[in-house]
Amino acid sequence: MVYIRSTGNISPQHSFGGLSLPDKLLLYPGDRMRCVEPDYTSFFDAKSLRRMSRIIRMGVAAAMECLHKAGDPAPDAIITGTAYGCLEDTTVFLKRMVENQEELLTPTAFIQSTHNTVGAQIALLLKCHEYNNTFVHRGFSFESALLDGIMLLHEGAADAGAADASATDADALHEGAADVVARKGVRQVLVGAVDEITETSHAILRRFGLYRSGITGGEGAAFFLLSLEASNGDLGRLEGLTTFYKPHNLIETAEHIQAFLTAHSLTVHDIDLVITGRNGNPVEDDIYDQLEFGIFSGIDAEPYKHLCGEYPTATAFALWYACSWLKKGSDAVVGAAVGGIGDPTRRVLIYNHYQNVHHSLFLIASC
Amino acid sequence: MIETDVFVAGAGVVSAIGNNLPECLDALENSRAGIGPMHWLSSRHRDALPVGEVHLSNAALADMTGLAPGAPRTALLSALAAREALESAGMGEMGSWRTGLISANSVGGMDKTEDFYAHFLSNPATGGRLRDVVHHECGRVTELVADLLGVRHYVSTISTACSSSANAIFFGARMIRHNLLDVVIAGGTDGLARFTLNGFNSLMILDPALCKPFDEHRKGLNLGEGAGYVVLVSARVAAALKGEPLARLSGYCNANDAYHQTASSPDGTGSYLAMKGALARAGLRPGDISYINLHGTGTQNNDIAEGTAIQLLFDPHFPPMSSTKSFTGHALGGSGGIEAVFSVLAIKEGLIYPNLRLETPIEALPFSVETLFRKNEDIRHVLSNSFGFGGNCTSLVFSKL
Repeated sequence: MVYIRSTGNISPQHSFGGLSLPDKLLLYPGDRMRCVEPDYTSFFDAKSLRRMSRIIRMGVAAAMECLHKAGDPAPDAIITGTAYGCLEDTTVFLKRMVENQEELLTPTAFIQSTHNTVGAQIALLLKCHEYNNTFVHRGFSFESALLDGIMLLHEGAADAGAADASATDADALHEGAADVVARKGVRQVLVGAVDEITETSHAILRRFGLYRSGITGGEGAAFFLLSLEASNGDLGRLEGLTTFYKPHNLIETAEHIQAFLTAHSLTVHDIDLVITGRNGNPVEDDIYDQLEFGIFSGIDAEPYKHLCGEYPTATAFALWYACSWLKKGSDAVVGAAVGGIGDPTRRVLIYNHYQNVHHSLFLIASC
Repeated sequence: MIETDVFVAGAGVVSAIGNNLPECLDALENSRAGIGPMHWLSSRHRDALPVGEVHLSNAALADMTGLAPGAPRTALLSALAAREALESAGMGEMGSWRTGLISANSVGGMDKTEDFYAHFLSNPATGGRLRDVVHHECGRVTELVADLLGVRHYVSTISTACSSSANAIFFGARMIRHNLLDVVIAGGTDGLARFTLNGFNSLMILDPALCKPFDEHRKGLNLGEGAGYVVLVSARVAAALKGEPLARLSGYCNANDAYHQTASSPDGTGSYLAMKGALARAGLRPGDISYINLHGTGTQNNDIAEGTAIQLLFDPHFPPMSSTKSFTGHALGGSGGIEAVFSVLAIKEGLIYPNLRLETPIEALPFSVETLFRKNEDIRHVLSNSFGFGGNCTSLVFSKL
């Protein structure tokens, strides 16, 4: 279990800078949602801003905002999830390579096309020498990053214990042990996800027929600061996270969900709200329909992709959305009945599947 | 978290010097580099830039692995090495072990995407075959191989440029230590692509001749390709397997240079922190290291930064060290996996590999690299370095059982 101290979220809604959405949601009648980008001038000087492509700006600004909300602590790790990486830079370099027939190429776009550019730029800006990792596994990219962060926090606690225990040992004076003492402080980790739609990716995904199925393409950049220790103002408590890959059928999916709840000594009745990854594709949504009729029956269910669109790391938006439900209580959040007298939302389950390949479950409770 | 050691139960590799572990070992023993003119990759730079290509066509790789011949080369190479690793671990039958595939790569299906893209540019509505972009994402490559091997419990992909597969190995080990998995096939892969060749060429860090890592007059790196995987297992699995594990993964650390997107800091801050942290994790002193498999790309910048960091940490007692990239070229996201396999083999067989083509050691450094193949050595602990773009520095320590 880890605490979510703060967040920064750039999405197709006015989500930046807070945890609530304005009453007036942005609607996207076409097949593509675009991020509402903040004024970046408070984050970057004009020169760096010119150099950065859009996904880098969005990712770094979301990370900086997240840290700022927690009082600008130095993170002990920076972990990023991105399925597609820096698509715009990739396309720019590819285009020049084709058009110039492999001659007279400049390296900037190539350098920035590397998948770990966002995480690296955050480290560079913060002068952060700590652990830095980037996961690029499609609909598991954010989930892998989050798991890595949770493991690091637990290892940090164990290392701190081991370092304390060995502090009296004469051996602790040797360089190795001194290093453990110096690095024991994995106390807070910055974890996030970024993915963008570009003109090219949109055109290609349209040719695949993705949008004919009812899906609206989305994008976003969201970061979270996680800690094992509770702080004032925590947004929520991440009680559990699991993923499962290519379940054979709906029965197996339901079994995974049941096993996840059981592992946390919960039943569905302990869940106030399930946030589902409905995306408008009837075939993919059928899984949610059946689960809401089955294992989730009797629980309030809310979609979230009408707000951010469909993309492989959309669950980062869902985690932000879950925090917003917990923080404000059910009746103050957009879409809920204003003036409702129901109990405030205390525990949220996020269940998402991406193309029925990558399934993930997050359990978040109020602090 | 459980206090289990993480063992290496198997290893598999494909690179420019061989299609499997015995072939690679034979080339290492006989100082036979695999870098030369391009054969499979189609590029305008064919005659100007030597590369470390795997000596198998996509069709042959497909035949050997059972993947479709249209799959990205990165996946084909991955499948070959991952299967060898599983077989060498005696894990033909995964049984009830919770098994994961944690694989790294940096190009994904780019070799196919770049073919698609030329046609797409001239006609976005219908140009290019969609089947050539369907495997573009790095994660797709991992899934093609996971599905082939029947791995379902956990799949993930890491991409941190040239340190990618070292990070995958260390993430896999941590999942075992957290009791989330029993067995992890961990490592990485990258096939050659025009995209990366031109990218590195635009950075002007490719040597038009064969690379000379850690030489005073080094001129850059040669790109290579390949894949390397280790099968990591918990103590419980190790006890249940028939054979003895090859080695133990005793230390690991990732640190960030936080200096520049592509260049290393002059002091090699990130490299120093990664090596130091990996030693600390293993509970070792610098003097305990028997051999260092260097990142050693052959660029001016990498080798002096890495060398300076080694000087700071090891001075005055320098273990034998070498860059096997002088044999294989730099396989980017696959290099950490390939070199992890070589490191494990060094322990198992008591080997130190030569650094080819050294003429003049770097003058600013007080040590030089090994130039001769040595066997029957007592190799107890091997440090394997992998440093990448974005200041991403990872060191692994493998130890004798």
